[in-house]
Amino acid sequence: MNLVVLVKQVPETTDVRIDRKTNTLIREGVSSIVNPFDMYAVEQALQIRDEHGGRVTCISMGPPQAEAALRETLALGADEAILLSDKAFAGADTLATSYTLAEAILKLGEFDLVICGKQAIDGDTAQVGPGVAEHLDIPHVTYVSKVEEISNRHIRVRRMTEEGYDVILSSLPALITVVREIGEPRMPSIKGTLRARKAQVITWTAGDLEADELMLGLSGSPTQVARIFSPEIRPGGEIIEGDSAHEKARNLLARLKESHLL
Amino acid sequence: MNYFLTEEQEIIKELSAKIAEEKIAPRAAEFDESEEFPWNLIRILADSDLFAVWVPEEYGGLGGGVFEQCLVVEELSRACAGVAVSYAASALGGFPILMFGTGEQKQRFMPEIASGSKLAAFALTEPDAGSDAGNIRTTAIRDGDHYVLNGTKQWITNGGEADVYVVIATLDPEKGPRGMTAFIVEKGTSGFDFGKKEKKMGIRASATTELIFKDCKVPVENLLDKEGKGFLVAMRTLDKTRPGVAAQAVGIAQGALDKAAEYASTRVQFGKRIGEFQAIEHMLADMATQIEAARSLVYNVAWMIDSGERHVTKAAAMAKLFASDVAMKVTCDAVQIFGGYGYMRDYPVEKMMRDAKITQIYEGTNQIQRSIIGSAVIKEALRRK
Ligand SMILES: Cc1cc2nc3c(=O)[nH]c(=O)nc-3n(C[C@H](O)[C@H](O)[C@H](O)COP(=O)(O)OP(=O)(O)OC[C@H]3O[C@@H](n4cnc5c(N)ncnc54)[C@H](O)[C@@H]3O)c2cc1C
Repeated sequence: MNLVVLVKQVPETTDVRIDRKTNTLIREGVSSIVNPFDMYAVEQALQIRDEHGGRVTCISMGPPQAEAALRETLALGADEAILLSDKAFAGADTLATSYTLAEAILKLGEFDLVICGKQAIDGDTAQVGPGVAEHLDIPHVTYVSKVEEISNRHIRVRRMTEEGYDVILSSLPALITVVREIGEPRMPSIKGTLRARKAQVITWTAGDLEADELMLGLSGSPTQVARIFSPEIRPGGEIIEGDSAHEKARNLLARLKESHLL
Repeated sequence: MNYFLTEEQEIIKELSAKIAEEKIAPRAAEFDESEEFPWNLIRILADSDLFAVWVPEEYGGLGGGVFEQCLVVEELSRACAGVAVSYAASALGGFPILMFGTGEQKQRFMPEIASGSKLAAFALTEPDAGSDAGNIRTTAIRDGDHYVLNGTKQWITNGGEADVYVVIATLDPEKGPRGMTAFIVEKGTSGFDFGKKEKKMGIRASATTELIFKDCKVPVENLLDKEGKGFLVAMRTLDKTRPGVAAQAVGIAQGALDKAAEYASTRVQFGKRIGEFQAIEHMLADMATQIEAARSLVYNVAWMIDSGERHVTKAAAMAKLFASDVAMKVTCDAVQIFGGYGYMRDYPVEKMMRDAKITQIYEGTNQIQRSIIGSAVIKEALRRK
């Protein structure tokens, strides 16, 4: 089974500062980590590989320093790591990023499953995973909390919803984005860390991808950030009490009338 | 301080610290309360190769030695000494096999000890033989291709949880140390059972139990070294592992200092952070200095042992003595800096104080360490005459 994990290096802190002039994140002086949700993705990939065999390839797009994030995944047991790094990739929004990552996956050749974290803790868009799936023209399932079963042709997963979960059967190849409920990421091992230090992280530049240059980086990014703000927290719903279904219905009716909704 | 660790040693230290911080610290109070053996944490240590650090590569280890083992124990002890000793006791059981085992015995037992898939333990102490280890009463009688063991060992760390036990018995109690003989006894051997599990003051995550031998038949292949060499096996083993107890003490003390320093820089009384009072500041200074002195001693002794130096008994005793006394003092002071909060179980330092105490007791009390050091000093003086 060929598994691809998309990994992003993000600033350590969750309380990132924003440059008010450019509306972009200030990255100076902040140490970097692997996006925590991507660690769950790596864990899921390793579990599938450990059970079914195959290879785990981690791909990251970022500056040369992002190699450190990939080495962390190698220390956990990933088989191969590819860094997409080129000035031409810089300034990419989620559209250009997902296009570039998809092109890299195509260059890789055969794959069965692409796994992403549900979102990156810096941008928080949750768009790149589904975007990659669209570019690859494969099905995707977001917010996966459990992989129930995987075979050569199908995958059955649980998708978290606010009320519970959906069980979804998808053909392969497919893309899933995973949430924390997938399970604690493993710790690296000493042997793995030593191997990772010596291992080669392959770097691909724009020239290595058979990509349309106009769709990469800033030129491929139509997104304009108008304003950044914290959304208002949705107030919790109201639970209508009552001793019986009948009484609850009556109370509800009263409330609706009170609010002039009926 | 910079101890000029190699790249591999840095990795070992960093990974141990990461596991201690992310996996052990959050659960230390829980295991202290429940006295449950922390198997899931032990599995994490195993999967991360930490049990392999001191084992030679030919047995699946990473080829390090006492020094690397000390690095791990120190970092784990900053978070929980109970977990750390469960880890360290496997080396206490493993080192004698590595040092005295035949090639076949090493092939049989070391790979699983290195992978952490099996824990080891070491059993010397008995109800009437603590410091006076030469006085053990557990007997081993040769019967064809077996030895038959009878007797009870007491306070054995990893008892019941470990699969491999190095047990010191005697062929003839009348012979004292010269009758003592070491055996490798596997869990599940008929006639080998576990007695009561102790309720302890500290290191409560660790398991301390009796080992009970009732006509327990141990195959002759499991004789470790030769008949009559058991006392030597025990003493050489303790030379190798006392720095580990010392590293445990350094880790506990460092953990307590970290907490105390953090607290002193946030707790406000009389309108000031208490760390601004000279009384507190000087306490922190002494704690930090003592810890660093202890660490330097422990590291140096560990290096010396790994370099193959033969006469290490005095140095190993010094490391264990000094570091454990420092740990007791530093953890007491940490509780003092926390004031009443320090006395409460909601805060981590009272546990550290309870944990520190054991380092002055096991693997030879500090009185015994002083006797070892003192008699070595006198012997050296006589030799100079
Ligand atoms: C939690 C725990 C875990 C342990 N784990 C193990 C283990 O895994 N394997 C194992 O074999 N043992 C283990 N032990 C046993 C431990 O090593 C002994 O408790 C220790 O050696 C002291 O023996 P004792 O307790 O019988 O004290 P005693 O020997 O009875 O000593 C009592 C007091 O007298 C002092 N004393 C005794 N003799 C002298 C002397 N000659 N000169 C001056 N003072 C003296 C001692 O210092 C002490 O203060 C463990 C003990 C504990 C508490």
